[in-house]
Amino acid sequence: MTATAQSATTRAVETAAAGDVVLEIHDIAKSFGPVAALKRMNLTVRRGRVHTLLGENGAGKSTLMKILAGVFTPTAGSIVLNGKAYAPRNPRDARAHGISIVFQELSLSRNLSVAENIFASHEPSRFGFIRDRALNEAAERLIRELGLPVDVRAKVGDLSIAQRQLVEIAKGLSLPADVVILDEPTSSLSDSEAEILFAIIERLKSQGKAVIYISHRMEEIMRLSDDITVMRDGEYVTTTEKSETSIDRLITLMVGRAMNDIYPPREAPRPSADTPPVLATKNLSFAGKFRDVSIDVKPGEVVGLFGLVGSGRSDVMKALFGMLAPQGEILLDGKPVTFRSAAQAIRSGIAFVTENRKEEGLVLLHSVERNINMVGLGQLTGPLGLMRGGAEREAARAEVKRLAIKTASIDTSAGSLSGGNQQKIVLAKWLQIKPRVLILDEPTRGVDVGAKFEIYRIIRELAANGTAILMVSSELPEVLGLSDRVVVMHNKSVAAVLDADGLTPETVMTYAAGIHA
Amino acid sequence: MSNVQDIQKKAADVEVRRSFLASPTVRQYGGIIISLAVLCVVFSVMSPRFLAFNNFMNIMQQVAVIAVAAYGMTYVILLGDIDLSIGSIIAVSGMVAAQAFAMGFGFVPAVALTLAAGALMGALNGALSAKLMLPSFIVTVATMGIYRGMVSLPTNGAPAMIENDTWLAIGGESFLGIPIIIWIMAVLFVVNHIILSKTIFGRQVYLTGGNREAAIYSGIRVDRIKIIVFTISGMMAAISGMLLSSRLSSAQTNAGTGYELDAIAAVVLGGTSLAGGVGTIVGTILGALIIGVINNGMNMLSVPYFYQLIVKGVVILVAVWLDVRSKSARA
Repeated sequence: MTATAQSATTRAVETAAAGDVVLEIHDIAKSFGPVAALKRMNLTVRRGRVHTLLGENGAGKSTLMKILAGVFTPTAGSIVLNGKAYAPRNPRDARAHGISIVFQELSLSRNLSVAENIFASHEPSRFGFIRDRALNEAAERLIRELGLPVDVRAKVGDLSIAQRQLVEIAKGLSLPADVVILDEPTSSLSDSEAEILFAIIERLKSQGKAVIYISHRMEEIMRLSDDITVMRDGEYVTTTEKSETSIDRLITLMVGRAMNDIYPPREAPRPSADTPPVLATKNLSFAGKFRDVSIDVKPGEVVGLFGLVGSGRSDVMKALFGMLAPQGEILLDGKPVTFRSAAQAIRSGIAFVTENRKEEGLVLLHSVERNINMVGLGQLTGPLGLMRGGAEREAARAEVKRLAIKTASIDTSAGSLSGGNQQKIVLAKWLQIKPRVLILDEPTRGVDVGAKFEIYRIIRELAANGTAILMVSSELPEVLGLSDRVVVMHNKSVAAVLDADGLTPETVMTYAAGIHA
Repeated sequence: MSNVQDIQKKAADVEVRRSFLASPTVRQYGGIIISLAVLCVVFSVMSPRFLAFNNFMNIMQQVAVIAVAAYGMTYVILLGDIDLSIGSIIAVSGMVAAQAFAMGFGFVPAVALTLAAGALMGALNGALSAKLMLPSFIVTVATMGIYRGMVSLPTNGAPAMIENDTWLAIGGESFLGIPIIIWIMAVLFVVNHIILSKTIFGRQVYLTGGNREAAIYSGIRVDRIKIIVFTISGMMAAISGMLLSSRLSSAQTNAGTGYELDAIAAVVLGGTSLAGGVGTIVGTILGALIIGVINNGMNMLSVPYFYQLIVKGVVILVAVWLDVRSKSARA
């Protein structure tokens, strides 16, 4: 099968020129029972161009991509690929027709090596036995070609999330394809790793391939795209060339309303310089992860922690939450404390919204209500230590309303909600215990613009009410837009602590990259 | 407004229209209740004695031993773990009681010793698994053998008679016309149901089983939860052993052999997910009833033991398959 696909693709590329239409989608619709996820979607994709699909979560982008990848069958409409009708029966069929898709959901097996994952289901083999050496060599070649900083023999489970995402991309490119679909590939990448990806995309373009790109990050969309199609509520809104539009215009088209300033204004003045910090660290170190980290955060203050992936930022947060036992001091209200477990940190009023909501934040099978009440169970008991069902439901409903969580009911399973709403549930669960210090690790990763705005609003509101907020983010605009002070980490230690007033992205990046004079 | 809300509103409308069939009880236990009904109809047709009230009481008494052990197993499976040692714990606890009576202890101290022995064996399972970070499957395969061997230590493999009247009354007497053994099953049903559905500890069992990482990050001490859960499983097995030894008037070294599989089958038939995080005690007792009805019905029809094993295996496969199918159809 691989060989046929390969020759078919080669032929197609030989005869096709950049700018030729490779994929046409006509009036595609998809309904799940009575629910229409996609209604009359149209799209024309050309060779050698990056075509970005833009829309809020729930706009139907992923449904459309899954139709192209052969996961869903459309209810109506038609697709033409390379001039021929295209109706994939399954993902394997889609690959054979030269459509390759890199999903944002990581689909790798943790116990297999990078090479084994990249060539899963099309391993080089002889008589049904996998040829290990050929497999590793082929993977090595591909990884080197793509310029990825990954060892092909490493187990995927030992890699960082960012490295896994890069492996996922390599997997998507391991078979020749006419159309490469990238679904939020940068959501877990730092800037330097994103650059690697952008270089790969440029190469795909120059090879005459069409790239369909999905992302929520406006800066990179404006940088990479040739064409941009906006979707809203399962429908086609418009397609423009990048040169003829702007970020503001795109956001307006996407949300159907103008959003002048995505970072809401401060609701209360910054705490004064002599306010004593709630939480501080003195020379905090953990062998191999970070060293000599001294930071502090005051009540009502937002401190942004910025650093490239691998700079140690997430591990510092874990240490503050009792998940690592570091050397050095952690001071709560000026007094040294030692947290041996998350339970202890929580009792001291520290809350931690982790980087991976699906793994560490939510029980996806359980209802919205159960997830929201996960941490604050102790507040909801009545006589004999029994749970008060009414109080639980009331608490959950109040949070759903306050954070504008879009869910059919509080009994809906958390796993069925969109990323933005899941992230709000994680926030809601921590707000239950009214934390004094809220640690946020990538609070808006994989979240659409509308939900992002609401999460920013919540952060502002909490700060105004005196919560001390430590926010780790790899989105520089977000760090600059929300923080009062910015801690920049480089190579596992603090490079600078900067006042956010008048701070430019360039200054932060020079510290983060370790090139500040 | 947004598409998401739109979709959800429509989904909610559909749900209302289907409300009867979609009522939580029917949705959750429909498959198993139908299976139970079908089995009862089949056996009544084939054997007229099956429907007699006496036989009903008989089934319930047989179910009690499995059901009580299965209550404990429910906690363990909710956590995503497994306890294969409960059959052995059942035997050990009977022997502990027999030895206590032989040494001249009264009823209450004997019960206390038996419960303590069960709790200790269960806690050991939990502690080994949690602290040494070993899979509970491995730990309890090992302790299954260890505990089974320990049963024979006091008597060198011989059974021990139990002659305490109060103890024997558990399996032989009735209260308000209902055998005491059934009362015990019913009271423990209520207690365990409340613990799992109404206490913080119960919630934490579900949360830990549903996503261990998220539970740790939410401040749940998952190791402690595991040790408590296995302790409960050991205690329930000990009570199950009390019921069995009372019915048999003796402690047998091979008592309870294979009961762990019946208990696991009851829990899984009751809709508890082997992956953890989802399930109820209500489901477990329904599952135990299915096992009891199959055992009883086939005994009445004089089906040979080896055929019974085959039938039971097939029924479990079919029931679980039906359950999984109906759940994925809804999802």
